[in-house]
Amino acid sequence: MKTLVILGGGTAGTMIANKLRHRLPRRDWSITVVDRDDVHHYQPGYLFVPFGDYTRDQVVRSRHAFLPDGVDFVIGAVDLVDTEADVVRLEDGRTLPYDQLVIASGTTPRPDQTPGLLGSEWRRSIFDFYTLEGAEALAKALAAFDGGRLVVHITETPIKCPVAPLEFTFLAEAWLRKHGLRDRVELVYVTPLDGAFTKPVASAHLGGMLEERKVHVETDFMVEHVDPERKVLVSYDDREIPFDLLVTVPLNMGADFVARSGLGDELNYVPVDNHTLLSKSHDNIFAVGDASDIPASKAGSVAHFAVEIFVDNFLQHIAGQSMTGSFDGHANCFVESGDDKALLIDFNYDTEPLPGKYPLPVIGPMDLLKETRTNHLGKLAFRWIYWNVLLPGRPVPLPAHMSMAGKHPKED
Amino acid sequence: MPTTTISGHEIHVDDEGFMTVYDEWDETLGAALAAQIGIEMTDEHWKAIRFLRSDFPAQGETATLRRVSTVGGIPTKQLFTMFPQKPAKKMAYVAGLPKPRGCV
Repeated sequence: MKTLVILGGGTAGTMIANKLRHRLPRRDWSITVVDRDDVHHYQPGYLFVPFGDYTRDQVVRSRHAFLPDGVDFVIGAVDLVDTEADVVRLEDGRTLPYDQLVIASGTTPRPDQTPGLLGSEWRRSIFDFYTLEGAEALAKALAAFDGGRLVVHITETPIKCPVAPLEFTFLAEAWLRKHGLRDRVELVYVTPLDGAFTKPVASAHLGGMLEERKVHVETDFMVEHVDPERKVLVSYDDREIPFDLLVTVPLNMGADFVARSGLGDELNYVPVDNHTLLSKSHDNIFAVGDASDIPASKAGSVAHFAVEIFVDNFLQHIAGQSMTGSFDGHANCFVESGDDKALLIDFNYDTEPLPGKYPLPVIGPMDLLKETRTNHLGKLAFRWIYWNVLLPGRPVPLPAHMSMAGKHPKED
Repeated sequence: MPTTTISGHEIHVDDEGFMTVYDEWDETLGAALAAQIGIEMTDEHWKAIRFLRSDFPAQGETATLRRVSTVGGIPTKQLFTMFPQKPAKKMAYVAGLPKPRGCV
């Protein structure tokens, strides 16, 4: 009897458990999923919480409800992975030996890493929306906001769901207009990047959308600390950005146990092969989803497409064969733009988001890099698909590899 | 791929002038590239550039500011002083490495 241990019961870990339980004979392989709690968050839903569109019960389920029979679910915090002994040690002293290990412990916002962020203004005039508690606190703050400087800020890349800060800005702008407050609010978007987004075509397009909405963009801003007394962001090159309401995306880091186990890079991400997700240092450890260091977006869609490739590869790997599947870094994201519209972007390691059409079975093609109501409805519908199709490991009719069909390499 | 000549060295560069061939670089060229963007190299500058050069082959990509500070041991504040405004890009330019990928 061999053992697969999966660290993390989020999007990647849950999908892997479901798919592999159907593929690995129970007499040969046991599967164990470890997480620190039994609460599965639909993280894309956080975006809608500050505006009162979603509530907690729409974005939270129990983890165990999505794991199939024949998978052991262990609730406990991982202390470290002992890669010499092939054993996972939990903080409460329990040990879990493994033959194969999947690290799927994601990435987490770390406000503690920026001096001043957790000071006197945290959750008073400084908020995050990448945690449910933060998004809920921000909802209250927005409801009481009657004008001033609203600053949306990204600490450092990579962050999970890299388009979410833009989406938040678009939604906030529309929300302020709807509530008759737009004239009394100065909107500022602060980024360490040199433009609105990471890839040139999308950056120009999304940057134009910020401009149309009269959002001031401050680029190349690397925050050194926050001064809660004066309510300013201070950069390493001594620029200052004052705020009345700060919505920040803190530094994202992989799990601390990854660092304690000697398995991480400087942000606790596990170095893996970009195409197989196999650890560069151990041939019985994989990292899937946000926990790895692959140069792809940290996003549920990437985890989903990666899992599709990973499962077949894993079966080859444990059979002693070479892995033939190759993940291409495919990401597919709806970008909310306010007023019940959204854009769709589809890209991978080599191809940046491009305009055009995204072919979709049954529903029909969706517009890429263009604001439409259909894209917005697609984003809303995805919550149902996530809980009912994706997590249980049922087939989703989207190709795992990115396709150039419908894409226009140059603007029309 | 365009080529250009800087202080007698013919080098391959991308559209933005970042070198594309790791082995075409040496320290005299690094100093010349630094001069192009108004930077006079000191020992401290070289410490950063040598870290980037030594880190690149194993990592396959240009070190981020965080990596230069946590692994290379040079505080971010100092990098901003030595390579003002856009230290990550300026260091990559001087070190003859690809522009650091922002994020993805």
